[in-house]
Amino acid sequence: TCLSLPVAVGQCGNQVGCRFWDLALREHAAVNKKGIYDEALSSFFRNVDTRSGGDGPDIYKGKIYSLKARALLIDMEEGVVNEILQGPLRDVFDSKQLITDVSGSGNNWAVGHKLYGYQYRENIVEKLRKTAEHCDCLQCFFIIHSMGGGTGSGLGTFVLNLLEDEFPEVYRFVTSVYPSGEDDVITSPYNSVLAMKELNEHADCVLPIENESLFDIVNKIHQMINSGKLGSTVKQNSLVTSSAGSAKTAQEKPFDAMNNIVANLLLNLTSSARFEGSLNMDLNEISMNLVPFPRLHYLVSSLTPLYTLADVNVPSRRLDQMFSDAFSRDHQLIQADPKHSLYLACALLVRGNVHVSDLRRNIERLKPSLHFVSWNQEGWKTGLCSVPPVGHSHSLLALANNTCVKPTFIELKDKFMKLYKKKAHLHHYLHIDGMEQSCFSEAISSLSDLIEEYSELDATKGGPRIDPPRLQIAI
Amino acid sequence: MSIVTVQLGQCGNQIGHEVFNAICSDICGTHGLCSKTENESYYDACKERFFSEEESEVPVARAVLVDMEPKVISQTLSIAARSGYWKYGDRSHFCQKQGSGNNWANGYSVHGPRHKEVILNLVQKEAEKCDRLGGFFTIMSMAGGTGSGLGAFVTQCLRDAFPTSFILNHVIWPYGTGEVIVQNYNSVLTLSHLYQSSDALLVHENDVIHKICAQLMNIKQISFRDVNQVIAHQLGSVFQPTYTAESGSHYSRNPLGDLMEMLVPHPEFKMLGLRNIPQMPENSLAYSTFSWPGLIKHLRQMLIANAKMEEGIDWQVRPPRLGSSIPSSHSTNKPLHFNTSIANLVILRGKDTHSVDLGSFQDPSLYASWLSPQDAFKAWKTPRAFNKYEKSATLVSNSQFLLKPLDNVVGKAWNMFASKAYIHQYTKFGIEEEDFLDSFTALEQVISSYTSL
Repeated sequence: TCLSLPVAVGQCGNQVGCRFWDLALREHAAVNKKGIYDEALSSFFRNVDTRSGGDGPDIYKGKIYSLKARALLIDMEEGVVNEILQGPLRDVFDSKQLITDVSGSGNNWAVGHKLYGYQYRENIVEKLRKTAEHCDCLQCFFIIHSMGGGTGSGLGTFVLNLLEDEFPEVYRFVTSVYPSGEDDVITSPYNSVLAMKELNEHADCVLPIENESLFDIVNKIHQMINSGKLGSTVKQNSLVTSSAGSAKTAQEKPFDAMNNIVANLLLNLTSSARFEGSLNMDLNEISMNLVPFPRLHYLVSSLTPLYTLADVNVPSRRLDQMFSDAFSRDHQLIQADPKHSLYLACALLVRGNVHVSDLRRNIERLKPSLHFVSWNQEGWKTGLCSVPPVGHSHSLLALANNTCVKPTFIELKDKFMKLYKKKAHLHHYLHIDGMEQSCFSEAISSLSDLIEEYSELDATKGGPRIDPPRLQIAI
Repeated sequence: MSIVTVQLGQCGNQIGHEVFNAICSDICGTHGLCSKTENESYYDACKERFFSEEESEVPVARAVLVDMEPKVISQTLSIAARSGYWKYGDRSHFCQKQGSGNNWANGYSVHGPRHKEVILNLVQKEAEKCDRLGGFFTIMSMAGGTGSGLGAFVTQCLRDAFPTSFILNHVIWPYGTGEVIVQNYNSVLTLSHLYQSSDALLVHENDVIHKICAQLMNIKQISFRDVNQVIAHQLGSVFQPTYTAESGSHYSRNPLGDLMEMLVPHPEFKMLGLRNIPQMPENSLAYSTFSWPGLIKHLRQMLIANAKMEEGIDWQVRPPRLGSSIPSSHSTNKPLHFNTSIANLVILRGKDTHSVDLGSFQDPSLYASWLSPQDAFKAWKTPRAFNKYEKSATLVSNSQFLLKPLDNVVGKAWNMFASKAYIHQYTKFGIEEEDFLDSFTALEQVISSYTSL
């Protein structure tokens, strides 16, 4: 297989990353009954012979010895990474994949990007190269980070730049957690907008995530479980919020449930590249089909189902409900309203026992209520992967390139301007080597341009459909 | 003569596999409804055509499998081998790891040149195993990146490497509502390029086959496997051995050549459509009987009314009265919805084929005015029943069958091109706006030619 390499940066990035590896192991264990190291496993894990201690050679076939995650974990604080190394995943990582420091970035993008970026550049490049060396074929990097802080935001986007320089042919997907409304980090608007410029210019695809949406999903599930409507018939391991171990909801940290959702997003996104199906969908296809213009690469994701009921047969109607849910705001990972905005493109990645006729029936059913841009009226990209996620018979991940992200960006811009106009906290940034006022003005300009591109498309919505005249051939 | 099949991309490999399955199951079955000698001739002719004798317990398909990602080929090889009836050659495949990303330019401009030598070597090896090479049969979809882009490049290479061999491209037309968002771009680029190097394009439309699965085969949850099996049956009904008027008492030995020569008299017209009747679920076969006059009547009406299957045929459509049309390039006197033909091939298999009256297909009013029905129509027959159908009739038609689908695809692609959406994804790999324009021009020309029949 051609591999995807996750790079987790910062506290949030690593917390999500940790959940991701946990669930990936579980997913592969469920499918791989014989303990043979296969192509699917190799997409996320190396098989290392550690019998003679330490780092043995990579084993490409046969029995599983010791699985090592293909990953890079970067944090300028030690807390999260140390926890991972002391927890149940400690054998999945080794020190060659970690880059840590002690003091953190103080919620300052400039510290993350300019200071630590400069300081750790060579180290990061070397470790990236080492990790990439173990990969026969590298298709995509996944950066996992948050936008509002200093490390994930600043150093994360520095790594993004670096990836473009060092591995220009490899796709760069970024999962970005955007700051929530009640974010207690005062400078998060600065950090986010400075990071946005980097995402605009260097990412192939961005999956924005908002904590509010994750929180709402977690609450929704709790309500369903506690309301007694479902009772004990919910399959615990099917919850999009649950960790791989048996449900220890009481002991789970509050963010674990939310982070599991993001981890599941990544698992579903890569499922078709790892497992077989009648209509495969690789990550390069996602980028190709969902990005009509280079900078419009922000995708709204929705996951369904959020849980499965045990011992229930799934009639067609339930299956159709899954498709409807994918277009309901309850299942989205950002707060946006795609149904009232304009779709540029939409991808449906289905897993499990679902047929092309189910796909077609549901696309026909849902199409009329969605607005697609005039030049992409049938803009659907579909994938069918045979292997469902753990605990489910089928699942659906919808990715939409939709102008509904515009309000999120406008809000970000407004919050930024509120601080910037007063020059609040600017000195914390400007005294960092390499930071200038122009960094700020360029960043806000980049964001404004992006908003403008979306506005221009929005303006075409509902307008008269005028097909351009066809070429005339002289007879 | 033998046919070398080249399976390209996920679709090409999935279909190719079903085709060899269908062919093998047909010759290994005991439902030939004919004499033992007949069966043996049929079996031998089919074996020579599609399988090579190698040191192996089961026949080895004359095929080359190509894909830019490994999962499909890996599956295809193992499923075939497990059947116990046939298999693919152990070293007849080539795959890479990263796929083509649904990007025609990636398939054509990057993967093509990069892997040209390896792929051509595989084809050469397969061709050398044939006592006499009858030509190449490539299977691909237009919608993705490998089958379409790499497929177009490989076809060009085949033409260059084998200038006198026949090349027939089996092309899958994607569902109208997306499998792939850039499918119309990929289709336009594929068709325009194939037109230059291929001898003929034999088309199957996913939407049509899907309807056949739903309405005729009664399949409730239709999978791609179901679709592919119907396609395989239809292809088998064309390429399994038959007698032609010229072949006398032997099974014809040059199916591709014979097909091309009569169906493609003019290089401007290469689009071939396929109709096969009857189609029904296997468990209904035992309870159904058909008469040849009935089947022929339906097939002919499907031709002139451009019906996609044997249900829902518009019987109102009638050919124009001869003598009433003004000899000109504009068919102003042809009734609406009437499907004008360049050439038609009817293939009959099964009981009593020797006595079938096919006069209705020789009606001059079916054909463009510059053709004579003697040249424009041929029939191939065999008493040997195909795939358990007591009687089976297939029509391969060079007519306006594909005019509307072609016009649709070009229209949608043009619409998208006007906004320049996704173009940067192609220019990244060396396909420029000019290349698009060339392709659009070429296809508008084809559309214009077929329209003015």
